[in-house]
Amino acid sequence: MVQIWRRALKDIWANRFLNTITVVTIAMAVLIVSAFGLLSVNFHQLMDKWRNGIRMLVYLKADVSQQDRQALEDRIRGIKGVSGVTFISKEEGLARMKQRMAILERLLEDLKKNPLPDTFEVRLDADALEGDRIDGVASAIRAMAPVEEVVYGKVWLNRFAGLMHLFRLAGTAMGGLFIMAAVFIVANTLRLVLYSRQQEIEIMRLIGATDRFIKMPFFVEGLVQGFFGGLLGLAVLYGLFRVAAVRVGAYLPIGFGEMRYFSSTTLLLILGCTMGVGWIGCYLSLKGFLRR
Amino acid sequence: MIGGKEKSPVIRMYHVHKSYGTKKALTDISLELMENERVFISGASGAGKTTLLKLIYLAEPVTRGQVLVDGMNLSRIVPKRIPFLRRKLGIIFQDFKLIPDKTVFENVALVLEAAGHKRRFVEKKVKSVLRVVGMEDKKDALPPGLSGGEQQCVAVARAVVGNPKIILADEPTGSLDPGSARKILALLDHYHRNGATLLIATHDRELIRRADGRVVHLDKGRLVSHR
Repeated sequence: MVQIWRRALKDIWANRFLNTITVVTIAMAVLIVSAFGLLSVNFHQLMDKWRNGIRMLVYLKADVSQQDRQALEDRIRGIKGVSGVTFISKEEGLARMKQRMAILERLLEDLKKNPLPDTFEVRLDADALEGDRIDGVASAIRAMAPVEEVVYGKVWLNRFAGLMHLFRLAGTAMGGLFIMAAVFIVANTLRLVLYSRQQEIEIMRLIGATDRFIKMPFFVEGLVQGFFGGLLGLAVLYGLFRVAAVRVGAYLPIGFGEMRYFSSTTLLLILGCTMGVGWIGCYLSLKGFLRR
Repeated sequence: MIGGKEKSPVIRMYHVHKSYGTKKALTDISLELMENERVFISGASGAGKTTLLKLIYLAEPVTRGQVLVDGMNLSRIVPKRIPFLRRKLGIIFQDFKLIPDKTVFENVALVLEAAGHKRRFVEKKVKSVLRVVGMEDKKDALPPGLSGGEQQCVAVARAVVGNPKIILADEPTGSLDPGSARKILALLDHYHRNGATLLIATHDRELIRRADGRVVHLDKGRLVSHR
């Protein structure tokens, strides 16, 4: 094994120009794919926090008795996915509105009659916010007799879901393309190295070297290229992330937390993948070459 | 007889034919080489000497007939076993076939590394062989910086370092000055005395005249005489 590593490192040094090109190519692929991944992770985190803040507002019909209101509250609490219910009387609702919209305070002062209905503010579990489940909860509440209207950010939730879907799709497509490009470039770089060493390989075969003995240093070369390509890509991404985190962080609302980089497990996984890319590239180029 | 033991054949060729397309390179060759024998294959350029050697180390397959090397039937050998066949042979090529960007030491060591020997053994063995062929001082030199005679010495060292049973030499003195040629012959003699079977392809009549051994003459791919 020591001999294989020694031969591989010597070959890497001997073909340092080609190897540098390969490492930089892998680094660029890693940078682009990982940047998408990192954006996705932070976007998810941001959206999760936003989504968890979503409340469903249940407006009641006028003149609902306290007894009916209590019964309604109990029934809403019994619906699967509902984590909490708070009653907001129309007086309290108007007071809150005045507080939040100070600019309209004088206009609201002039109102002869409170136009707001009594309302229940319904908090939902994270699961209930997924897909069509929120619609199911809203329909169940809407079907209850004293309920006038149920309001929630359906349009926003749908937009959010669409955006996430598009983001995931674009990330997967671009990631796939860049990984394929990286494999292709590694394979072709190694093929160039193989062609330049065709005579040496032929001599090695004539003196009794097995294909395994000939191949192993190339595989080690592929792994080393993948590792350093991955490391370089992630290091550049980290530098860009640090700059972006400071700038974007300033625009994030309080409570949305900080932008975060990949966990150490994810970093190891990415490095494993880039080494895999090196290995596959090497496998593809050797497969055709040594068969001849 | 070696040490009282009966000598057995190490190379056997039965009615071997080799063609490249419609061109016949060898026709109906039958030949046996015994253990520790020294055999010269003589003939003009293009007589089929190199082709005959190539069939033995399986750089080329036979078109018809059978070749057996140390009991291995080369017509039936699986590709995975070919490296093991070649480790039984020490091959000296006409054009040396040294790797230009590896040092003398590395070129010779490659044979033992490929056979999976430990680093310490490789170093010891290569040094000792380079001492025998007189190239110890140039172990760190690259082949392009060596004279033809020196390159051939390295090629001999590489051929013998794995202690092969059989040494195949293709025109080992072909491109050398008389002094270097004598040195190479003396080296081959040394390994022959130590038990190796020698099969030397050459068109150098002077070399054949001076050395001891059986002579097989090829003419246009046919075996025409034994001596």
